[in-house]
Amino acid sequence: MNNRTRTAWTFLAPMLFLMVLVAAWPLGRSIWFSLTETNINDMSASKFVGLGNYFGEFGLFGNPNDVGGFWKGDWGISILNTFKFAIVSVTLETLAGLGVAMLLNQDFKGRTLVRTAMLVPWAIPTIVSAKMWGWMLHDQFGVINQMLVDGGLIAHKIAWTADPAYAMWTVVAVDVWKTTPFMALLILAALQTLPRDCYEAARVDGVHPLRLFFKVTLPLIKHPLMVAVIFRLLDALRIFDLIFVLTSNSGTTISMSGFVRREMVDNGNVGFGSAASTSLFLIIFMSAILFMRAARVKLSEESS
Amino acid sequence: MSMSSTPQRPPLGQAFIYFASALLVIVCVYPFLYCLSTSFKSGSDLFSTSLMPSNASWRNYVALFEGSQPFGRHLLNSILVATLTVSAAILLGVTASYALGRINFKGKSALLLAILAVSMFPQVAVLSGMFELMQALGIYNRALGLILPYTIFTLPFTVWILTTFMRQLPKELEEAAIMDGCGPLRIIFEVFMPLLWPALVSTGLLAFIGAWNEFLFALTFVVDDNERTVPVSISLITGSTAYEIPWGSIMAASVIVTVPLLLLVLAFQKKIVSGLTAGAVKG
Repeated sequence: MNNRTRTAWTFLAPMLFLMVLVAAWPLGRSIWFSLTETNINDMSASKFVGLGNYFGEFGLFGNPNDVGGFWKGDWGISILNTFKFAIVSVTLETLAGLGVAMLLNQDFKGRTLVRTAMLVPWAIPTIVSAKMWGWMLHDQFGVINQMLVDGGLIAHKIAWTADPAYAMWTVVAVDVWKTTPFMALLILAALQTLPRDCYEAARVDGVHPLRLFFKVTLPLIKHPLMVAVIFRLLDALRIFDLIFVLTSNSGTTISMSGFVRREMVDNGNVGFGSAASTSLFLIIFMSAILFMRAARVKLSEESS
Repeated sequence: MSMSSTPQRPPLGQAFIYFASALLVIVCVYPFLYCLSTSFKSGSDLFSTSLMPSNASWRNYVALFEGSQPFGRHLLNSILVATLTVSAAILLGVTASYALGRINFKGKSALLLAILAVSMFPQVAVLSGMFELMQALGIYNRALGLILPYTIFTLPFTVWILTTFMRQLPKELEEAAIMDGCGPLRIIFEVFMPLLWPALVSTGLLAFIGAWNEFLFALTFVVDDNERTVPVSISLITGSTAYEIPWGSIMAASVIVTVPLLLLVLAFQKKIVSGLTAGAVKG
């Protein structure tokens, strides 16, 4: 080992130690707990039950007590909710982000002002945005209901965050409001690296802007776009705080992370909760791999 | 890059751009203005949806600090936790990113990939193991104890972004320093630091925002009312009865928690955007 290499490992050692302490070790312990029956009040007294928390009588998968099948049980519902939320919100955020980025890529007076305004939703803490929208969407006194009724768009005020028909879409809308700026900024940064002369040439040749967008712009920003999408997707799949606060963690909108916390902390079943958290980890990990395969994204240091 | 310079754009296109921009600004800014306005309303005025409070008062803000919940204490907890988390992440991140950005060694790519994986990892997956660890270390139920679990998302993120910045620093500078007999620590803190501080500002701010906003760990690992951080505090503000939600106080607390962040983000917006894109686009 030469001098430089020794320096490198010495400099990395404190970080690696901490990463093992706060990530690898707790992850390993959580996986171990998932194979046991453990109560939160005394975690040292745990009983090994093998895969019982996963496939046993009251396990996550194949529980015979789930009337109506797996997808009607709480765990199945929370998986469906999480994916519904992640897929719809990330799709909308990507499309809106593209639109906003294209707009901000134009030269016009006040462009800086618009860009600054866009940072506002991003800078607002998620809990604050959940409470703020919770108030604006209040079923009796909310300004949104008032506007919609005054505008004649709805006849009766709607309980946006409580009515099961609307609650999940309300969560999606608030997330789109908060996260589109992030997407737009990342896409804008990618757009600004594109060669200018190519667009000059296309304009001289009279290429239709839409054709230019699909044939030139989109392929050129595809890689950074996909990286941004995967970041967002991983973030969306672990959603907890927005749903927990906006819809009071109700059974109809509960996410996988919410399910884990409910079982582990509120009900005290550390073993069962850990089985859910381990399954969540594997589900997200596999989704990420599948997505990267499908989009042909390589996340490595040479990727740019 | 500008796709077409202003004079050549058709008037309809020009009108569309201004209309869309105006709409965008309203959608982005209006909700927070409404929140700000609610925070100054009290009594029956709370239930009017007008943006201007009819008789504005500081009552909700005063109530927040005099109420049953120690909001001032929560604010202090959040400031301490976020500042210390960021300091630790930067200190460890700078040396680690020097190793990753400037030195070639075996296993570097695998290590970088592992760091990226940890930063994108669902935090809930370590919940029970972390619960046990914090109890064993005696830091469960203490605000400052949250610094440990927060390292799981601030440290890998800091290392990742600082590495991309480290890599861009000129090679000649480092070679000259080595010729002069500088050791690696002096290279980092005396030669690179002046060039690196904009990157440190942006990374530090992003990590601060992450720690300031964190909710899941703060909700789970702290139950003592004095030890809470502000996001949990806001989520738990309740009125005297379950049916009486004090929206005025909640909005006042939201304003207090958001305004410093908003000012920081707006003041350093260029640096923050460059940090975000360094992490994701150039990654």
